[in-house]
Amino acid sequence: MTDLAASDPLPKPKRDLAPILLPIALALIMIPLVGSPSTWLTLTAASLAMGMMIFIMASGLTLVFGLMDVLNFGHGAFIAVGAYVATLVFAPFAASVQADSLWVNLAVLAPAALLSMAVSGALGLVVERVLILPVYGQHLKQILMTTGGLIVAEQTLYALWGPQIIPMPLPASLRGSFILGDVAIAKYRVLAMLIGLAVFIAIQLVLNRTKLGLLIRAGVENREMVEALGYRIRRLFLGVFMTGSALAGLGGVMWALYREQVHASMSDELTVLIFVVVIIGGLGSIGGCFIGALLVAMVANYGGFLVPKLALVSNILLMVAVLMWRPRGLYAVTSR
Amino acid sequence: MTDLLKLSGVHTHISRYHILQGIDLAVPQGQVTMLLGRNGAGKTTTLRTIMGLWQASSGEITLSGERIERLATPDIARLGVGYVPESMAVFSDLTVKDNLVLAARDAAMDDRQLEWIFGFFPALRRFWLSRAGSLSGGQKQMLSIARAIIEPRKLLLIDEPTKGLAPAIVMALIECLKEIKRKGATILLVEQNFFAARELGDSVLVMDNGTIVHRGEMAALAADVPLQERLLGLSLEAHQ
Repeated sequence: MTDLAASDPLPKPKRDLAPILLPIALALIMIPLVGSPSTWLTLTAASLAMGMMIFIMASGLTLVFGLMDVLNFGHGAFIAVGAYVATLVFAPFAASVQADSLWVNLAVLAPAALLSMAVSGALGLVVERVLILPVYGQHLKQILMTTGGLIVAEQTLYALWGPQIIPMPLPASLRGSFILGDVAIAKYRVLAMLIGLAVFIAIQLVLNRTKLGLLIRAGVENREMVEALGYRIRRLFLGVFMTGSALAGLGGVMWALYREQVHASMSDELTVLIFVVVIIGGLGSIGGCFIGALLVAMVANYGGFLVPKLALVSNILLMVAVLMWRPRGLYAVTSR
Repeated sequence: MTDLLKLSGVHTHISRYHILQGIDLAVPQGQVTMLLGRNGAGKTTTLRTIMGLWQASSGEITLSGERIERLATPDIARLGVGYVPESMAVFSDLTVKDNLVLAARDAAMDDRQLEWIFGFFPALRRFWLSRAGSLSGGQKQMLSIARAIIEPRKLLLIDEPTKGLAPAIVMALIECLKEIKRKGATILLVEQNFFAARELGDSVLVMDNGTIVHRGEMAALAADVPLQERLLGLSLEAHQ
């Protein structure tokens, strides 16, 4: 039976560190398996960079599901649209992109990223109002509507840009590597790590230090009660959906630069990847999404190096292993 | 005595189930109205329909004369309706403080009101910065009620606050609700605990199968055991 006495101490909240230690342990285990320390460092840096990009793309999806209970199978469309919009900025300023000055490069890259985020965010507004709003609370219809939306978006991109792969070269100052002894770490990967980390910290600050963040966290846990306290959660839904879409757009630009190409079907390959990350992390959990993205990237990089044939199924195997350990993901937030 | 809340011919369907089948009730200003009935009678559905969490399929609900049955839940809350659900629904990932910060909505928390709440619920002061999820069941109920009264409300809808709690905690809750009542609050209270119902209730409504089957003074029902047995299937004393 419960007890009200103020003098009784509360049980100390358990800090669940196991998921945080998982990527660290995985990286350490790989040292002897990879053999060469320099190769291990290169693979680890590649994993961190790739993980950060995946995190940026997936973070919006996990928040959207956690807060809105919406299964958005069309999230990949925002990624592709973001990447294509960036090509619109890159094309007329090709000379500036290939200039040797970092500042000149950034003068193109930053507006391209911001415009991609703005367009993806605006597209998110339209999608939420037109496709999602009529099917709140109906998962099957959400899957059908958003999958249909993804197909329409892909075909629109084909119609506008054609089926060919569009090259998206890295700006000149982001080419090459930082050399530390006999370890080479690509400059762009360092930038990707920094941007990913900044996005993660920014999301954590908003979620944990602002009233808006309190509302989002409360809404993820119990939307109904947030409404009963007088908050119009639909507006919050829309804001989160647009932010998630904008982040997907940013992730699309970064992924396109990482692969140095853009094509309409990039949303297909990434949709599976980000769903794996969101499921591994625990639906609605930003921390879980962050760790999940790192794990997926590590398994892809280490696995691709050690057992190349395994790379095709590595993400699915990882998801199965994590769900056998924690059936609701690394950090379960919602009970849905 | 004017009626703060009135329901006239309210029907509520939940998917294909017809739960509320023409509810007529009135909650007088400044009184505690008990809503009693067997499990499944429709008590919780009544509160949720008033709160807009389930939409009434027909009928009228008025608060201070204003129609609210088509309003969204946040708009109903902003008219001054506080809701304490049966499940307590504290935000377990948030601290006690953050739960109350959200409940205070746009305003800062009133220090005097907070001290008044701490007077009843000292545990909330002690665990101010602790996660609500780590509180005991009784403490969560305290937090849930505190959340509803941190701001002045016209009407409080409280769903079985004593359910599953230890007798000592039930007594503390009753004292708190009495104090809230003394301050002039209007409360519609679903309760199964006879002692609590008798201590707090001014008037009583008894529900069965989605309709109101009895309305009257709480004291009169408390004194009439045969009537209790007829309406509730067993006496209130046996309900404890």
